[in-house]
Amino acid sequence: MPDPGGVRATLSLKSRVALAVGSVLVLGGAVVLATALAYGRQAAREAYDRLLIGAAADIATAISIRNGVALVDMPVSAFELMSLAPDDRIQYRVVGPNGTTLTGDPATPLPDAFPGTESVFYDGAFGGEPARYVALTRRFAERSFSGPVRVIIGHTLLARRDLARSIAQNALIVLGAAGAVMALFAWLAVSRALRPLPRISDALAAREPTDLTPLRLAAPKEVAGMLTALNGFMARLDRQSVATGKLITDAAHQLRTPVAAIRVQAQLAASESDPARRDRIVARIQDRAAGLGRLLDQLLSRAMIIHRADTAPATRLDLRDVAVEIVEKTDDLFVQAGVEVMLDISDRPVEVTGDALSLAEAGKNLLTNALHHGQPPIRLGVTNGAVASLWVSDCGPGPPWDMAQTPGERFAKSGVGGGSGIGLAIVREVAEGHGGRIAMRHSEGQFVVALELPGRPE
Amino acid sequence: MIRIAVLLVCLWQSAAAQTTELTADFGPAAAARTIVLRSTTDLAVLRPVIETYVAARPDTRIVYEQWGSNDLYSLTAVDCRNGRAGADLVISSAAHHMIDLVNEGCAASYASDATATLPPQLTWRDQLWGVTREPVVVVYNRDLLTPEEVPRSRFDLLDLLRPTDSRFAGRVATYDIEESGLGFLLAFSDSLEATTFGGLMEAFGRSGSIATCCSAEIIDRVASGEYLIAYNVLGSYALQRARQDPRLAVLAPEDYTLILSRAAMIPAGSAGSGAARDLLDYLLSQDGRAMLEAQDLIVRLGEGDGSTIEVFGPVETLERPVGLNPTLLVAMDTDKREIFIRRWRDAFPQLH
Repeated sequence: MPDPGGVRATLSLKSRVALAVGSVLVLGGAVVLATALAYGRQAAREAYDRLLIGAAADIATAISIRNGVALVDMPVSAFELMSLAPDDRIQYRVVGPNGTTLTGDPATPLPDAFPGTESVFYDGAFGGEPARYVALTRRFAERSFSGPVRVIIGHTLLARRDLARSIAQNALIVLGAAGAVMALFAWLAVSRALRPLPRISDALAAREPTDLTPLRLAAPKEVAGMLTALNGFMARLDRQSVATGKLITDAAHQLRTPVAAIRVQAQLAASESDPARRDRIVARIQDRAAGLGRLLDQLLSRAMIIHRADTAPATRLDLRDVAVEIVEKTDDLFVQAGVEVMLDISDRPVEVTGDALSLAEAGKNLLTNALHHGQPPIRLGVTNGAVASLWVSDCGPGPPWDMAQTPGERFAKSGVGGGSGIGLAIVREVAEGHGGRIAMRHSEGQFVVALELPGRPE
Repeated sequence: MIRIAVLLVCLWQSAAAQTTELTADFGPAAAARTIVLRSTTDLAVLRPVIETYVAARPDTRIVYEQWGSNDLYSLTAVDCRNGRAGADLVISSAAHHMIDLVNEGCAASYASDATATLPPQLTWRDQLWGVTREPVVVVYNRDLLTPEEVPRSRFDLLDLLRPTDSRFAGRVATYDIEESGLGFLLAFSDSLEATTFGGLMEAFGRSGSIATCCSAEIIDRVASGEYLIAYNVLGSYALQRARQDPRLAVLAPEDYTLILSRAAMIPAGSAGSGAARDLLDYLLSQDGRAMLEAQDLIVRLGEGDGSTIEVFGPVETLERPVGLNPTLLVAMDTDKREIFIRRWRDAFPQLH
């Protein structure tokens, strides 16, 4: 089991999904229950209201007028209908035009008002128990009897409640089943989606420490994003590691010859008895040591460039500032050599995105190369356009052709006057690090080497 | 060990309503539990059942009150309206009265294994239970009727009454529906059952039939030969008498025979409801039913000694149980009663 280090495991995804699905089911269940109860109540009310109106209509048709008196020959069928709500108590009365009760229970509640319509439903109480009533009006226009006769019949709510409950119960059973299926599918989907994660951690754990090749695994989109980032991170690590390795190899390669040469010279000097010749040898050792110093500077500079390529944040900068800085930094060198550098910049900013320090280092190397290998007059310039370029020109012939083909590829041989070719390698690395390239050309007797970068045209 | 006190109350002593016909006390006076049982059932019929029950329960005392059905109804309704319970168990043969009381919310609910054995048409709202099973029969005098004259059905009865010089004129008796709640219920049930009822009433009226009050009286007079035929008599009384009197014959009409169940309810808020429940459970139990059957309160047509009750044709098609359901409320309707009783009075003008 690897040490978790700074990784803090929070609630598992499965638990989170289970919580979310559970919450949805509970909330949904509450909503569905409320809806089902409301619907059940509504359905039960409509069903049993029809029963009431049927019974009332039955009774209304049984009203007859005899000798100017309304008489109700109460039909059994009305009560058979009411018996469809088997356990409910029944209350009824028939009220004449003057408000007297013709038959039935005088305690039966009346509606608040008799509307113009034929029937009205209303809630009431039958001996303290809630009940539902209908009042149905039949109008008579006989010679001996005229006016409305109202049939009022109601019953308690047991059957309605039973029906509403059974409707809600059925809805809940369906919901429960649906919930169980939902939970099952959610569980399966999450389990399936998370399966690549242990595969990735297994693959990483099984790797050799030096293996930084990208992971090639199929994964859902969200996990694939993480995998891509991980692969990018490993690629950067790989580049750094390769570059560091190359740097060490190069440094060893570069330093071995001059150090060996100095040692041989020092031995010679030690065994030389002639003071004049020893002085010459010592002078050569000094030269060699100075060259070695420059070489070390360049190696370190290159190491810094490589390091910065992956670490330094890219900022927006003006290439003219870089050019000015380059001139300032190499001022001593040119004054010493008695050569003048002409700065060729416009009054418009040349904006690029990159690392000012790396770019300045590259420009410095181009300029010192021109100083050491080229012919004055030497110019340093910045131009804008489709590509922004930082260029150096001199009146020399340029480097040998093979080196111009692959600038800075390798720099095994020491150049004339201590030049090593590392300078160009640095420029190339900076160019690549900024997504640009090195361009070399001869024009009108001049040799121009340019560091071309993706520009930001105005 | 059973102390029995019987108190006869003379009916004629108080013309006012709501007087018990009879009260009796069963079990020790100092018993822990007392059940006040009000019923329309003749004590003589129910006595063995109650005695057996009390004998097995030394801690229970039963005060039995025998009432006329109309009185029992009005007494219980008044009790209910006043929010008190004068009885712990009420058993009435006038099922429509009991349905009305339950409908008014006067009954307490109770459910047990015993009540669950009842068929649905013999129970309502877990507040009313049909405890007996009594066919409504025709009683005739065996000596005075030739076998050809025996009215197997209502149609036969109509035929007997049709001739203007019929010897049955004035010698057929039935319940007075105004005096007896049971009589009203039976007549009302007849009116729902078949159109023969109209013809029968018309025939009764034309032939000067008798409408009178009580089962015992009617049966006695059939035995003595004053009446030849009694129509719509409750089977329990008829059978009991017929067993002792060879002159009496009992038959179940073959067009249809009403089957009546005495309905029991526990008044809401009664003090002895626990004991009343126990008594109800007993009446519905195997033992209780066996006792009721021995007293002819549970009668199965076409079973056992077929000699006691004459049955013609298949039993399944002739039985018409009077179900305990809200349709009986129609029998309680003021206008309906008025219409019904007016027809009745038209048929029996001599009563008024």
